[in-house]
Amino acid sequence: MSTPSERTVSVNGHACRVLEKGSGPVVGYLAGLVGLPAWTPFLDELARDHRVIAPSLPGFPGATGHEDLDHLIDWVAATLDLIEAAGLAGEDLIGASLGGCLAAEVAALSPRSVGRLVLLAPLGLYDDAAPVPHLWAKKSGELNQELCEAQDVLQPMLAAPEGADPVEWKIELSRAAAAGARLLWPMCDLGLEKRLHRVAAPTLILWGDRDRILDPRVYPGRLAQGIRGPVRQAVLPGAGHLLDLDQPVAAAAAVREFLADATTRQAA
Amino acid sequence: MKFLWFHLMPYMGLPENFTEKYRSVWVDIDRGLFDPVEAHRMYNDFLDEMEFAAEVGFDAVCVNEHHANAYGMMPSPNIMAATMARRTKDAAICVLGNSLALYNPPIRVAEEMALLDLISGGRLIAGFPVGSPMDTCYAYSQNPNMVRDRYYEAHDLIMKAWQADGPFDWNGRFNKMRNVNVWQRPVQEPHPPVWIPGGGSVETWEWCARRDYLYSYLSYFGYKMGRKTMAGYWEKVKEVGKDPNPFRAGFLQFVGVAETREEAIKLYREPAEYFYNRCLHVDPRFTGPPGYLSETSIRANLGSQVAAAANAAQDRYAGVLATAANTMEGFLEKGYMVIGSPDEVAAQLREMAVELNVGNLMVLLHYGNMKKDVANYNTQMFAEKVAPQLRGLFEDKWENHWWPKPLAAAERAYPQPFLEAAE
Repeated sequence: MSTPSERTVSVNGHACRVLEKGSGPVVGYLAGLVGLPAWTPFLDELARDHRVIAPSLPGFPGATGHEDLDHLIDWVAATLDLIEAAGLAGEDLIGASLGGCLAAEVAALSPRSVGRLVLLAPLGLYDDAAPVPHLWAKKSGELNQELCEAQDVLQPMLAAPEGADPVEWKIELSRAAAAGARLLWPMCDLGLEKRLHRVAAPTLILWGDRDRILDPRVYPGRLAQGIRGPVRQAVLPGAGHLLDLDQPVAAAAAVREFLADATTRQAA
Repeated sequence: MKFLWFHLMPYMGLPENFTEKYRSVWVDIDRGLFDPVEAHRMYNDFLDEMEFAAEVGFDAVCVNEHHANAYGMMPSPNIMAATMARRTKDAAICVLGNSLALYNPPIRVAEEMALLDLISGGRLIAGFPVGSPMDTCYAYSQNPNMVRDRYYEAHDLIMKAWQADGPFDWNGRFNKMRNVNVWQRPVQEPHPPVWIPGGGSVETWEWCARRDYLYSYLSYFGYKMGRKTMAGYWEKVKEVGKDPNPFRAGFLQFVGVAETREEAIKLYREPAEYFYNRCLHVDPRFTGPPGYLSETSIRANLGSQVAAAANAAQDRYAGVLATAANTMEGFLEKGYMVIGSPDEVAAQLREMAVELNVGNLMVLLHYGNMKKDVANYNTQMFAEKVAPQLRGLFEDKWENHWWPKPLAAAERAYPQPFLEAAE
């Protein structure tokens, strides 16, 4: 894989890295629970015929500033800032896991900031019938084991890259966990459901059939039900919560098909 | 030197196979393990033990706060302190303390502590721990990223509430309030002495030193493990330009006194092993929520063995997890407990107090599944044969500014005797 280009934007005075690759229609990507420590095969697939722009959320690898964000509204505002600074305002947006939670909120609260929406197992909902497990009441390393099937992809991503200071790398990863906890703790309902009716964007909801964090039998339907805009759903076999890590080709194919479909393009 | 009688109030009926069969003593401990009738008896025995300690002359009795925890059964230390306020006469009442981030709004702490000071006639020590991850983040679902910040804001609000001239508004980051008016002021002016039971963070040491709060290190692992922490504290005190007054510091120590060391080992073996094995069966799933430790602390832990050892105080359970001593012989070898004849105990405590430079010593004389008669024996032996040997330590050179200043005897009100007693 050729490496993506890298630039920096400022959100609340903090530097946030933006990775970019490919040419074609623009699509944004907000990463999940571990952030984007490295460019992924899924993004490379999309980059074949899209310009993929992946900004890092505050606190996640490549970005600081999570300590300024106390409430969900602060996170949503920061995500809007990030989207605008990265050149994604009004563009199609993919949000995975934690990134999906914020992508959905942005689509609900600032519809013009987003084109079409792709949600890959977004966090933020809570169903008593299938409670979200407590992500951080686990033994060390256990959460990462449960995030996806492709541990052979995830673990190398989490290892310090060649030449990186191992202490600083560990700090970046623990910072990402802290940022995730800052937004999500204690993993109950963030109120997204109350606002889903405001999501008018044509939306693709993808889930992995082996998601151990958000039950695929419960959450996709619940999410789809709340969204006002036209919704497509699919469940990918052999994929866990970080479904784009587990099934990059199938996930990218589903996303590209959705984005290529002229009928889903939002009216100008 | 001052001696405080510290109770944890552990559940004494955890089964022998507790560590094999059950995952955790804290947070998600099995509800089936709790027997209300047994607990009724335990709580009353514990309170008897504390009152006895006060009667035989301990300078203070201490309570603390834990939630969903079988080794410390006081989710409300203020309730325990309230009964002490009525059932003790002269002993100070050390609430060590209210875990500030868990009180909403924080002025409840100001109010309840004021009540304790008022009812007791000015005998309260106001302790403010940050609170362990287990209590704050898991039992009470506080966001680990915010616990410390909430704590500092709560502290500021409480201190203002005690000293304000009139009602005030508080437009804080976490607390937004109008007309704050904690009308009941403590007896002690400007406020009761503030004690901070802390871990090993440099920030806490500096904060205590600057504000002239007492810093106490509550270690279950004895003073060998406490050395680095206390040395770090005293270095900060010096840096900040304050005097090395030993009464600026507190330390917790397990003690077992009998006529001879052999007798003491025999008498206190079972409760000690119960405590270190069953009580400290803490599940590592709950000890390190992301965001609880500052990046500075994490960096220190990663970067240096020495810093990591010092920061073991941040997670006091690191001691038992790392050392795995689980018999009395092990506890003694590693220095967790001070066990022996009165003279042996006094000598060891003197050495500890001098080396750590601590003038306020909290002693754990009840621990594990210790029965009341044994606890009272330990208490009486300590009060009669150990404390007198050490009382004068530091007193000639230093004044204890961190001790309550109660009303004079003539101004005090005492509970009326029960009618039966009067007849």
